[in-house]
Amino acid sequence: MIVELGHYALVMALAVALLQSVLPVIGSVRQDAGLMAMAPAAAVTSFFLVLLAFAALTASYVTSDFSVQNVWENSHSLKPMIYKISGVWGNHEGSMLLWILILVFFSALVAFFGGNLPAALKANALAVQAWITSAFLLFVLLTSNPFQRLTPAPIEGRDLNPILQDVGLAIHPPLLYLGYVGFSICFSFAVAALIDGRIDAAWARWVRPWTLAAWTALTAGIAMGSYWAYYELGWGGWWFWDPVENASFMPWLAGTALLHSALVMEKREALKIWTVLLAIITFSLSLLGTFLVRSGVLTSVHAFATDPTRGVFILGILVIFIGGAFTLFALRAQSLKHGGLFAPVSREGALVLNNLFLTTATLTVLVGTLYPLVLEALTGSKISVGPPFFNLTFGPLMVPLLLAVPFGPLLAWKRGDLLAVCQRLYAAAGISLLVALAVVYFSTGAPVMAALGIAIGAWLICGSLTDLAYRAGAGRAGLPVMWQRLKGLPRSAFGTALAHFGLGVSVIGIVAVTAFSTEQVMTLKPGEQAVSGPFALEFEGLRPNTGPNYTELQGRFAVSRDGAQFATITAAKRVYTARRMPTTEAGILTIGPSQLYVALGDETPDGTVVRIWWKPWVTFIWFGTVFMSVGGIVSLLDRRLRVGAPAASKARAATAGQAT
Amino acid sequence: MTRKQKRLAVIAGGVGVIGVAVLLVLFALQEQIVYFHSPTDIAEKQVSPGTRIRLGGLVAENSVTRGQGTEVAFAVTDTANTVNITYNGILPDLFREGQGVVVEGAFQPGNTRFVADTVLAKHDETYMPKEVADSLKEQGVWQGDGE
Repeated sequence: MIVELGHYALVMALAVALLQSVLPVIGSVRQDAGLMAMAPAAAVTSFFLVLLAFAALTASYVTSDFSVQNVWENSHSLKPMIYKISGVWGNHEGSMLLWILILVFFSALVAFFGGNLPAALKANALAVQAWITSAFLLFVLLTSNPFQRLTPAPIEGRDLNPILQDVGLAIHPPLLYLGYVGFSICFSFAVAALIDGRIDAAWARWVRPWTLAAWTALTAGIAMGSYWAYYELGWGGWWFWDPVENASFMPWLAGTALLHSALVMEKREALKIWTVLLAIITFSLSLLGTFLVRSGVLTSVHAFATDPTRGVFILGILVIFIGGAFTLFALRAQSLKHGGLFAPVSREGALVLNNLFLTTATLTVLVGTLYPLVLEALTGSKISVGPPFFNLTFGPLMVPLLLAVPFGPLLAWKRGDLLAVCQRLYAAAGISLLVALAVVYFSTGAPVMAALGIAIGAWLICGSLTDLAYRAGAGRAGLPVMWQRLKGLPRSAFGTALAHFGLGVSVIGIVAVTAFSTEQVMTLKPGEQAVSGPFALEFEGLRPNTGPNYTELQGRFAVSRDGAQFATITAAKRVYTARRMPTTEAGILTIGPSQLYVALGDETPDGTVVRIWWKPWVTFIWFGTVFMSVGGIVSLLDRRLRVGAPAASKARAATAGQAT
Repeated sequence: MTRKQKRLAVIAGGVGVIGVAVLLVLFALQEQIVYFHSPTDIAEKQVSPGTRIRLGGLVAENSVTRGQGTEVAFAVTDTANTVNITYNGILPDLFREGQGVVVEGAFQPGNTRFVADTVLAKHDETYMPKEVADSLKEQGVWQGDGE
């Protein structure tokens, strides 16, 4: 009964979304306030309907109702409750439903917070949201219905893929989708502005918090996914330049560019056309990502439950929305008026540079990701484009960008003084050079590139601190005054500094682990020792263990440094009972910012095959992204960006723009 | 600077960066991509030793033998032809005889033995790497469920 109710709610949601797609647009053309006011009501209604459908599916997972095909395929009565719930989106149908739920959630937020938006903009933006909602609801209802019944109902389910039975699944997809789908708001506002033919700083002030929110969620989501793959796959890698990873990384890169260009538009009314284009590109890349991940057209190490036939439907959605938006852009972009002027050396100029490098980098990732598809279609040869390609193209593009980051926030709007900024960055440059020398000195035989890479990380960190120091009046005021001024700084200043600081931390982690990690594969018998980095690991042998829905062989290692044992690592080979599927559970020991990572292999006559990595500073990679996300949240809390109060902040933002 | 000059400066900068990126991409696409071959492709056209390739097919039945320590030898087949592989390391969890697999590596000079440094099997039991599925279909031995 509940299941049918959920299915029915989904159909109702489609009906409401279709109404919401058409009526508000007619209303905005006829200046009919009544029809336009229908949009927010419809948005909230379809949110509750989709929520109902999602709740119904969750309920059938919680109660292990195996008469529902989707539950039978992906659940098991013995599965722990958290995985029963997260299993709702651990499959194609459920994950698309989550996608739609988040989409209508964002529409409802616009409806709720959009009280002081221009009526036509709000109506049109919500209508565009409804177009996307309708398309994906149709997709789910026609090709991927999660409410399909099975008769007779099986007694036991087939269980969820064991690799997905992890807290990672509870957190990673919702965060990732919050990011992906959050960019739909930027897209809808861009298209609405094009329909309207009008765009101004108020538009950017509206779009920026959404971009920021989506970007924050996507940053956290990608980082979470990376750490999950790192500990779950047992391969010791944290990023594989795999198509599925690239699919989430491209919207992130474009979204980062959008975040910065919207800033220029908000403060200076410049870069209007570019910002609108970037908003369209960012969400198009999100759609492309959804298509790549869900269709499985590209071979990926992260491929779960993909279905090529259903991919065609998403491809259709992709073509219609991207093609339509770009056509509209081509027709209407000229009608958008140009905004403020600025000199090449200025805050705006720096942000343009940021956009230039980020979009070019996005393009190289796009080429690397899609090239195998294109080549196979044209010549039939099958190729794979792996990490070497991306390291060679993406890497060099990032270096100048990272070097330029500390300059940006220190430059004045309109016309900046590069020499003065250089003088302010002397200290940061000096510290970074010292760091580079220290790396060369302390690590014997460190590659020069590694020293330079870590110096770039230090440069970013020092640069972000320099920015805060000068905003507080370093060099002109005493410490107590600086402290007072620091407390009075807008939160967005801290957000910027935190995000750039985090970027530096991540860069250090990435460079360190790339240059200094060691890996060894060996066979060990109980009592034998392996040496990894400064540590010795003594293998204590294997012993069996039983979990709720799996059995495992645990291998224990006593870890010692200079002969003194201080920890043990437990790694395991698991077999999940329902699917008879083996998985590797890596044993990870965090020592300061570094990690020892142990994975077990097969049994051989010479002992157990063991793979041991020493990964110095590896956790910096994810700590950096935590700083970035926190920076995003802090910026989001800034009064100027508070979603409900764009009107009140208008005057302040204008004066602030002139003052800085 | 006039508006026109500024715009020119921006465009010149943009073209410069994109030009560099295009050069990098073209260079990398020539040097860094890895072609996928089936055992039959290898029998038909010689792949020169040392060239990195990906090789996909099924792990041949009764072909997996353990060597010294972490060394493993097995054969990859598309039923028409077979290539012998050696690999030093931990095999993926779902590596089994009769399962689809993709290995990456190169032929040793003056030797028909393929030395793999990466072995990929999938997370999902029912999943077959797309390239392997395609090449099995070409050989007419595909036993998957339709499509």
